[in-house]
Amino acid sequence: MSRIEGVLNNLREQGRKALIPYITAGDPHPDQTVELMHTLVKAGADIIELGVPFSDPMADGPVIQLACERALKHGTSLRQVAGLVKTFREQDPDTPVVLMGYLNPMVAMGYEAFADIAADAGVDGILTVDLPPEEADEVAPLFAARKMDPIFLLAPTTTDERIRLISEHASGYVYYVSVKGVTGSAAIDVDEVARKVANVHSITRVPVGVGFGIRDAKTAAAVGKVSDGVIVGSVLVDTIARNQTDPAQLKQALTDLLQPMRKALDGLVS
Amino acid sequence: MSIKLTEEMLGQLPDARGHFGDYGGRFVSETLMDSLMTLEREYLRLKKDPEFQAAFDKDLAHYVGRPSPLYFAERLTRETGGAQIWLKREDLNHTGAHKVNNTIGQALLASFLGKKRIIAETGAGQHGVATATVCARLGLECHVFMGAEDVRRQSLNVYRMKLLGAQVHSVQSGTRTLKDAMNDAMRDWVANVDDTFYIIGTVAGPHPYPLLVRDFQSVIGRETREQSLKQAGKLPDALVACVGGGSNAIGMFYPFLTDESVQLYGVEAGGLGIETGQHAAPLAAGRPGVLHGNRTYLMEDENGQIAGTHSVSAGLDYPGVGPEHSWLKDIGRANYVSVTDEEALNAFRRLTRVEGIMPALETAHAVAYAIKLAAEMEPDQMVVINISGRGDKDIHTIAQLDGIEA
Repeated sequence: MSRIEGVLNNLREQGRKALIPYITAGDPHPDQTVELMHTLVKAGADIIELGVPFSDPMADGPVIQLACERALKHGTSLRQVAGLVKTFREQDPDTPVVLMGYLNPMVAMGYEAFADIAADAGVDGILTVDLPPEEADEVAPLFAARKMDPIFLLAPTTTDERIRLISEHASGYVYYVSVKGVTGSAAIDVDEVARKVANVHSITRVPVGVGFGIRDAKTAAAVGKVSDGVIVGSVLVDTIARNQTDPAQLKQALTDLLQPMRKALDGLVS
Repeated sequence: MSIKLTEEMLGQLPDARGHFGDYGGRFVSETLMDSLMTLEREYLRLKKDPEFQAAFDKDLAHYVGRPSPLYFAERLTRETGGAQIWLKREDLNHTGAHKVNNTIGQALLASFLGKKRIIAETGAGQHGVATATVCARLGLECHVFMGAEDVRRQSLNVYRMKLLGAQVHSVQSGTRTLKDAMNDAMRDWVANVDDTFYIIGTVAGPHPYPLLVRDFQSVIGRETREQSLKQAGKLPDALVACVGGGSNAIGMFYPFLTDESVQLYGVEAGGLGIETGQHAAPLAAGRPGVLHGNRTYLMEDENGQIAGTHSVSAGLDYPGVGPEHSWLKDIGRANYVSVTDEEALNAFRRLTRVEGIMPALETAHAVAYAIKLAAEMEPDQMVVINISGRGDKDIHTIAQLDGIEA
């Protein structure tokens, strides 16, 4: 069983929902990333999605584009991101870490070399935004062989046939993108999400995390109610942008954002 | 390595997943997959539909003004002193470039699919103008994404698009050129996927775009083949076309791929020189990677971050290239070369002065290489240059280099 499955199984047994924050590695500076990851865990994170910065983040809105630019200004490479996870693991052997990014940095490193480095660092899952399962037959088995889960996206436009196909390739969880748009864009329609996630649940047993549009305790609770976990990204990254000059204040601001979400999610326990 | 291509082999490319050998494919976020699969299905159906093809041919004839002439450049040939130089005059098309062949085709597709909102990316502005033009004619809402740097370099085309009723979005992110315009177009598409058709301007992007853009542009090569046989009594010995994304080149090359005697030359932007790193020549100096939905040769750093490019011509200022070109390079069927900004500018002046034909700066790259090539060939041989666009849009750039306030 992967670390991700273990955590999600435990939560399910307790009737609790996963809180999955996203930050971009190297933002605002690589020296702060590991500390910020620990901060997220202390504030209630069950799993961390760690963004790998890319020069051309086509599926991201301005908030995460700017985070990528800040991280790349300090030369944050895929190899360096793996190093940050390794350092994080020295103090936290339990919290799963999912690397989220685009395919080209992995192509540049070589799939096998990347899989080795990620596994050695203690990475638990890989979410590649521009890699649908149809193109993943070369790289996904390399992840599976090293006990890392390939995490795939589902979208409002995904047909039932594709939900079946994608969940056959997915393990750990699937990431349901709640809105048509880039990260940090439109407001979430909770009723619509509830319908879609119920449909996904009727097709697959793979847990469903929902991301895009979750900004506060209220939306977290509403989405947590109908899914297995909530993924929170742009609002955290925006907080990093606004507090980038003061590391102590930044940690406090992230905590102040996440803790109420944790509380709201745990308030759902029946 | 070079292999003999047959019609049968070509008929199987791209394969069902949109691959040309190791290249191409569909590397996009899940939100776009359904739309791309629908587009592929509908296109493959319409490709065989006589009604669709007749509508396309009719527009090419009466709206674009095809066939475009194949012109023997007698004086340039004499001055060069080698092979005969012929010019395929895509610059004479309505809107002044080959780009309109493709926008006509894709706008027809959009109409068949019932989409009312059109988006496009543009570099030099030629594809943006060609898209705005067909949208004006069909009464479609049109949004063109253009890098802020290109908006500055190609202000005349920006104004043309606005006159045609398009909304031009100046893209401020990244390097503020063509690749960033494409990023923003894809972001818009994800947000508006239900009612929006994305008219990609080149043979790049996710499957089926490289396929359908190539099909729409292949009219260039088909005409050239017929015209060569009729006017010169033989097939050309060499074809030369500039390559940014590579749509005019693939359109010229494709109908000749099985004609082994015809040498193919794609000319990339060498910028300040390949050795300086300041260029836009991924086939000459890049390596395979994944960008904008397809696997292809890219300019990137050692960590897989996309590199900045440089070319005097906005239309070639792109770090990737169509996947079919990557495949043609690897199998050795086409030769990919580069010329510098300076060589292209000299060729622009030479063609203008010697033939009275002012080529686009993109096209001038092909002209520069073809002149060098022809000089080394025999007088009974024949080189065809694809004059992919006219140079009016570049007069401002040339005037500035000449120190003239235009």
